[in-house]
Amino acid sequence: MQATAINYWWVIGGVLFTLLNTAAGLIWLERRMLALWQDRYGPNRAGPFGLFIVLADTLKLFFKEDWIPPFADKVVFVFAPAIVVASVLMSFTVIPFAPNILVADLNIGLLFFLAMSSLGVYSIVLGGWASNNKYALLGAMRGASQMISYEVFMGLALMGVVLLSGSFNLREIVEAQKGMWNIVPQFLGFVIFLIAGVAETHRLPFDIPEAESELVAGFHAEYSGMKFGMFFIGEYLGVTLVSAMVVALYFGGWMGPAFLPGVVWFILKTFVFISLFILMRAAMPRPRYDQLMEYGWKVLFPLSLLNLLVTAAIILIMKEA
Amino acid sequence: MFSLIRSMWLVFLHMFHKRETYQYPEEKAPLPARWRGRIALTRDPDGGERCVGCYLCAAACPVDCISLQATEDPDGRRYPAFFRINFSRCIFCGFCEEACPTYAIQLLPDFEMAEYNRQNLVYEKEHLLINSQGKYPGYNYYKVAGMAIGGKDKGEANQEEPPVDIKSLLP
Repeated sequence: MQATAINYWWVIGGVLFTLLNTAAGLIWLERRMLALWQDRYGPNRAGPFGLFIVLADTLKLFFKEDWIPPFADKVVFVFAPAIVVASVLMSFTVIPFAPNILVADLNIGLLFFLAMSSLGVYSIVLGGWASNNKYALLGAMRGASQMISYEVFMGLALMGVVLLSGSFNLREIVEAQKGMWNIVPQFLGFVIFLIAGVAETHRLPFDIPEAESELVAGFHAEYSGMKFGMFFIGEYLGVTLVSAMVVALYFGGWMGPAFLPGVVWFILKTFVFISLFILMRAAMPRPRYDQLMEYGWKVLFPLSLLNLLVTAAIILIMKEA
Repeated sequence: MFSLIRSMWLVFLHMFHKRETYQYPEEKAPLPARWRGRIALTRDPDGGERCVGCYLCAAACPVDCISLQATEDPDGRRYPAFFRINFSRCIFCGFCEEACPTYAIQLLPDFEMAEYNRQNLVYEKEHLLINSQGKYPGYNYYKVAGMAIGGKDKGEANQEEPPVDIKSLLP
């Protein structure tokens, strides 16, 4: 462990507090940004700039009837939404927000992140399965297959970064980018990781499990009240997580001109990527399900392998020289 | 792939467009004159009711939300004793306006008629009658119709010739 200037529990509490508020604030942010790109205002009545819409949403979710269908598998049904939030929050433990602000300085940070994001599949499958209706099950099936197939080359795309920095530790990966951010030598890997990350968090254009035109609402069709809110918050946390990962892996984490502290740079970069996510949502059509799977397996998977191969070859050549 | 990037860029450029929202309670959207909103019964230029109680609007109404009862005054003018529109059923299709032979019933450009109590959406004649000629100013049904009412006999209407005297042989 490195010597941290800040008390450990403060870091944990601060990260948790910031993240949950960010996830809630993203509801407002997304609505405002979408409105901006669609020539509308979005929520602008409740409070300053409509910020209290988050509060109103939360209150509504709390006061809604939390209905568990009589035909559902009750234990699993209640348990499923918690897994999303838990797994995503666990992933945040390895992200270095600044040199002295990180929860766990794991040597296998990247692997931990991949493992935790794989666990997110469970919540979708269990939620769809426990709902005990066909639409939810179909949505869960789609979501699970999508997540699993996109996770394969998500990991492979990250291996290029690992090769360049020689470590799975995220802090060391960030520090290895002092000379040049990984976006430059690993541009292909960055693009693949971004696409895989979008698919991983079920955001548009890959929000197949929630295809409300075909399935009722996908895997959370039977959910209501705060359980649905958990899925919702989980999605926004996932967006934040993937953005933060992109920043840490490809955009030099807290690196930046010294007139701002590292945390601020990290947050700024993350915010840029969150905005990019929302812009994608505003601009892109949803692919058909078979197109999505075909694109993943037949295009991105070979590309990520090729990226890994070329990166390794170039590193070897550089070592020779 | 290129088209996706291009569409994202074009959407991004929308940031610098003017927003098109009407901030509703403060800023009303301009409604065209033919907007089909609140229904009203209009009056003649001289203040009499235009409605003659012919039931055509009630017959034309697809949801049967209009009910009325025709009576006559001593002059022989017909008018509705009661005229009731249930706006919780009304679909604002404007068929009543098309069916009306005297331009009495008209749909006005106004939609702000929400109520907390469903019973308040049943408009009686005193709610429907307005002191206006609506969309057809200057039109007076009894001035153009050949019907005999008090103060106006047959053949005295506008653009009407006196009736033929069937007892005489003269042309």
